[in-house]
Amino acid sequence: MKSVGRRESAAAVVYWSEDCGGRRVIQFENVGLRYGLGPEVLRDLNFGISGQSFQFLTGPSGAGKTSLLRLMLLSLRPSRGLISMFEQDTARLSKDGRANLRRRIGIVFQDFRLLDHLTTYENVALPLRVLGKEEAEYRAEAVELLQWVGLGDRMGALPPILSGGEKQRAAIARAVITRPQLLLADEPTGNVDPNLGQRLLRLFIELNKSGTAVVIATHDIALMDEYDARRLVLHEGRLHVYD
Amino acid sequence: MSMTEPVEAMAEPWDEIDAPPSVARTLPGTVPIVPKDSITGRSLTAVVAIMTFLASLTTGIAMLVVSAASDWQSEVSREITIQVRPMPGRNIDADVHAASDIAHAAPGIAEIQAFSKEESARLVEPWLGAGLSLDDLPIPRLIVVKIAPGMRPDFVALGQALAARVPTASLDDHRGWIDRMRTMAESALFGCIAIMVLVWVVTILSVTFATRGTMAANRPIVEVLHYVGATDSFISSQFQRHFLILGFRGGAIGGGVAMLLFGLLEVVKNWGAETPPSDEMAGLFGSFSIGIAGYLAILLQIVFMALVTAFASRRTVNRTLQSID
Repeated sequence: MKSVGRRESAAAVVYWSEDCGGRRVIQFENVGLRYGLGPEVLRDLNFGISGQSFQFLTGPSGAGKTSLLRLMLLSLRPSRGLISMFEQDTARLSKDGRANLRRRIGIVFQDFRLLDHLTTYENVALPLRVLGKEEAEYRAEAVELLQWVGLGDRMGALPPILSGGEKQRAAIARAVITRPQLLLADEPTGNVDPNLGQRLLRLFIELNKSGTAVVIATHDIALMDEYDARRLVLHEGRLHVYD
Repeated sequence: MSMTEPVEAMAEPWDEIDAPPSVARTLPGTVPIVPKDSITGRSLTAVVAIMTFLASLTTGIAMLVVSAASDWQSEVSREITIQVRPMPGRNIDADVHAASDIAHAAPGIAEIQAFSKEESARLVEPWLGAGLSLDDLPIPRLIVVKIAPGMRPDFVALGQALAARVPTASLDDHRGWIDRMRTMAESALFGCIAIMVLVWVVTILSVTFATRGTMAANRPIVEVLHYVGATDSFISSQFQRHFLILGFRGGAIGGGVAMLLFGLLEVVKNWGAETPPSDEMAGLFGSFSIGIAGYLAILLQIVFMALVTAFASRRTVNRTLQSID
């Protein structure tokens, strides 16, 4: 971003998220998860995610990182224990209540999950459409965000012709357009080269500085070594926290 | 590389990426969240169109058969016959005349046609040959009595009056035929309804399964909408609207073609009207017209088909959401 305007756009993003301060956006208490009648894949999870914090969630493949992210996204229900989110007991929430909480969370998938029939712009603006906003209301905001992630000239492109890095940036832009208080990223650098991975990490750091709590699930040690942050390590279903 | 650089310094990582020219749509764009045209969507439209066509055809044919059976029945029941038998010592012409007078005097009778000696000879000509003299054979004479529309004459009283004044006359009210016709019409109606129900069950099942198949291709959209915070009702309404349109489009194509076919049949029938083959066909199959009621039934089927498609999509979306959540 060479132009001053772009820099101003970046600065505008800084005060995006609602300030959660040091309050916990998520709190897990004795949470366990099993699929069907199988063994517990996650056991006795006790941890919290504070507002504006940054952490890596790591562990070997199959350790349950994605399952834990899905619990945080309210896309799975725990087999036992208590999950509080934004100071609400998630077990007591209705379906619509869970959907409302999900709107305060942004999610980035390793496989991007962009809708191929929508342009980059339409994909990024999708969460705002879901909120019932008119296009005229969010156009400027979506364009500004796309420019900020370097996709200003790719707004009309359909995902199949985007590169891996472009797709991931579009996915990140979609995740943050509603100014979430928590951003979850599942192996966001898994499908891109190391150089691009570092750039994406910078983007997450910038978003964190703007006030969004960030959880990046990764098993890329080199990526984690790039930034000194809290680490949540999953091993054999248990979580070890290294502040 | 240090990650503690100020935001301004970090805000440039994308400049060196070569971006090919933008393609596809230009801004602003608000295309439907559920893609309008897809291979699976077109397949579903084709399935709905074919099944609606078959169902409409069945409905139309059922209506034609029922209407023809009803026509036969009412035609037979609109007439009765008086038979005057020849008897030694009696003048058959006088008996025919007397019986006609009695019938004519009865209430609810519209028209009387007494067959003359020559006409009666012509009736039996196919079996007994031409040049026959009825004087040589005891052939009864017939009087056809047509009943006025909407009237129900008292056949018992008429029969008694005939028996009292013309002992050689007997009344045939075609009750045996009418009963058989009624049984046949009821069987035809039952058969048609059974076939219609079967076709409709098959139609609903195939449209439901085709909708589910199409929905399976749309599962990623359901998931993404769910993850970005859409409520279940928002997601299902998006799909329901889309599938309602798909179903309506397919139904309109299938039902439209069926209506066109019945319309053409009617035109062709009218074109050849008054010709012997046409009359025979009309006698057998009735008017060949499904009438306003038939076209309305097909229109209702189109709407019903669209509703079935929309309902099936909503159920599938809800099931998908349950499996995600």
